[in-house]
Amino acid sequence: MTDAAELRQRTRDLLAEHPPATTDRLDFLRARFDAGLAWVHYPVGLGGLDAPRALQAVVDAELTAAGAPGNDPRRIGIGLGMAAPTLLAYGSDEVKARFLRPLWTGEEVWCQLFSEPGAGSDLAALGTRAVRDDATGDWTVDGQKVWTSSAHTARWAILIARTDPDLPKHRGITYFVCDMTDPGVEVRPLRQITGEAEFNEVFLTGVRIPDAHRLGETGDGWRVAQTTLMNERVSIGGARIPREGGMIGKAAAVWRDRPELRTHALHRRLLDLWVDAEVARFTGERLRQQLVAGQPGPEGSAMKLAFARLNQAISGLEVELLADDGLLYDDWTMRRPELVDFTGREAGYRYLRSKGNSIEGGTSEVLLNIVAERVLGLPPEPRNDKDVPWKDLAR
Amino acid sequence: MSHEPDLLYSDTEDALRDAVRSLLTDRAGHQTVLDRIETGDPYPAGLWSALAAGIGAAGLLVPEKLGGQGASHREAAVVLEELGRAVTPAPYLTGAVVATETLLALGATDGPAAALLAELAAGERTAVLAVPFTTAPGTPFEATGPVRAVADAQAADVLLVPRPDGLYAVPAAEAAVTPLTPLDLTRPLAVVDASAAPGTLLAGPEEARAAVRRGLLAGAGLLASEQLGLAEWCLEETVRHTRERYQFNRPVGSFQALKHRMAQLWLDVVGARAAARAAADALATGAADAELTVAVAQAYCSGVAVRAAEECVQLHGGIGMTWEHPAHLALKRAKADQLALGSAGHHQDVIAALTDLPAPA
Repeated sequence: MTDAAELRQRTRDLLAEHPPATTDRLDFLRARFDAGLAWVHYPVGLGGLDAPRALQAVVDAELTAAGAPGNDPRRIGIGLGMAAPTLLAYGSDEVKARFLRPLWTGEEVWCQLFSEPGAGSDLAALGTRAVRDDATGDWTVDGQKVWTSSAHTARWAILIARTDPDLPKHRGITYFVCDMTDPGVEVRPLRQITGEAEFNEVFLTGVRIPDAHRLGETGDGWRVAQTTLMNERVSIGGARIPREGGMIGKAAAVWRDRPELRTHALHRRLLDLWVDAEVARFTGERLRQQLVAGQPGPEGSAMKLAFARLNQAISGLEVELLADDGLLYDDWTMRRPELVDFTGREAGYRYLRSKGNSIEGGTSEVLLNIVAERVLGLPPEPRNDKDVPWKDLAR
Repeated sequence: MSHEPDLLYSDTEDALRDAVRSLLTDRAGHQTVLDRIETGDPYPAGLWSALAAGIGAAGLLVPEKLGGQGASHREAAVVLEELGRAVTPAPYLTGAVVATETLLALGATDGPAAALLAELAAGERTAVLAVPFTTAPGTPFEATGPVRAVADAQAADVLLVPRPDGLYAVPAAEAAVTPLTPLDLTRPLAVVDASAAPGTLLAGPEEARAAVRRGLLAGAGLLASEQLGLAEWCLEETVRHTRERYQFNRPVGSFQALKHRMAQLWLDVVGARAAARAAADALATGAADAELTVAVAQAYCSGVAVRAAEECVQLHGGIGMTWEHPAHLALKRAKADQLALGSAGHHQDVIAALTDLPAPA
């Protein structure tokens, strides 16, 4: 019932009532949320208008043209991409009303407490325990999480924890919203091979979580987490990239600027990678066109795999191409960057940082399994862990 | 320059695919092809007229006013995907794409070139360009004697012969066409010697060079779609086989070592589809970067087809080495296609020149 013309009008009304030039940024974002123009496919009253997702582009175009402030989605990606869809699908009315608005405006940053030192690719093996107090119904959480970006800026976290160790691993997990200001939460930066710390370790000691902050049924957390993880994959690879727009543009620029570095062997590798990067760009563009046409395909997994390999190969080539300069590194100082740009900084940083591209968000090996089983329909490997109580698994 | 290619398939293109696939299933299954490839005449009986005239595939590139279907390279690409899947012997790439595009590039609306074009579009006659199948777009070639490795010359009624003084149409019956033994038995090769046959002059040398270049560019761009179709078939067959084949009390397709190879191949096919679609669309729309996009598609897809066919043979195990199984048809076609219309290395050199990424001085 909501069409493009109506959305355009609503956006213009918002801009007329809250002129961006004279309105405080946060006030504008709150007003935009309340007008249902934050994410139009969300329900009325929760920042949306139950409109088709594709119509968001109409709103965004009007707002961009008017110079309206945005909610800086890169800074709050976990909230927008992972926490919000899960809150929407599984949260009570109170939970949705409490959390979605400050999540979207960026007033409250979210992080994700999923991976553990003993549960990486095998996430369902996680051991962080949540124990229920029979008197109050509330929960006490103890354990350790790792690879948590934004943990030091986050107000809230989505958390999965084991609530029944006697059940097989996928069945004894429950999904919570965790208060990052609880005194039992300790965040420590985790320094990585680049020298900086984008991520954190999070130690949970006697953290209290009210039962009202449980998402989904007790023991149903694995299914709830699938909503989160599915949305993670969807949120990757949405934008159109120009030719030489990614890592290949950096290497090509060095090639053009510094003829004295050129060798025949590197030339062939550069052209191989240039072709692969251009094909990956076409693949991403084709995926984007499929999504716009309402025909989503499984090519999203292909994009992540392709970019991991390409980023690593191209940045490695660039280090070699730079010869003497390839021996240098721009800065080893330990920092905690709020935003990460894989194509930022110097070649050495890009080379090291891109090593994570085939590990984070699902290793390339696990993604190849997923492609093989879910896309190609190949049979799974025999498994010996599905029906064993979690507490009896080897670790 | 801000051309955004349409990389999807239209409903019309899907319908055309269905028609071609069902024709090939009926008339040119792998057994039919296997039965014919050693006879010296691998083309399945009646297939060409059904494809060219019946479905109208021969005239897809030709405007309606010149007797064609008035479609584009996008549709011809879909036909080639299907011909690649089935590894069909048919003078489509050579005749309905390269020779037809060459004639179209002459821009004639009457005279011998236009008359020939109308006959080609109707599927009444078949022409091929008398250059070696390895000739890349933009590589100068003029026939001054016998021409080696001309593809589908045995299927042609007319040979388009580039000579120093221009492009000639020579009736195939007047030239010496000597068959060779090809690696790819589904695409006959011959030595063509038209030096004793004068033929009809279609265009002078300048115009001829530009037209041949355009014909070969269309051929190289759409060959990517043939390679895509072939790779896709190889992957599907390999997945099917490894799901059904049991060793060690489990399907061999459940072993991670094999699954990862097939998943990797799927990634390659996904890329090949995007690249082949981009090339077809760039040719269809006359995009400013068509030459670059064709070079990218060729540089990428020729390797994907070979990889897919080689994986198909390996992951089929012993049966993949037998003459009876069609995997070798795909392998031989893919390997020959890798050399056709410019190697991947040649196309990379084109990319280097077009994108200012020069070799060391």
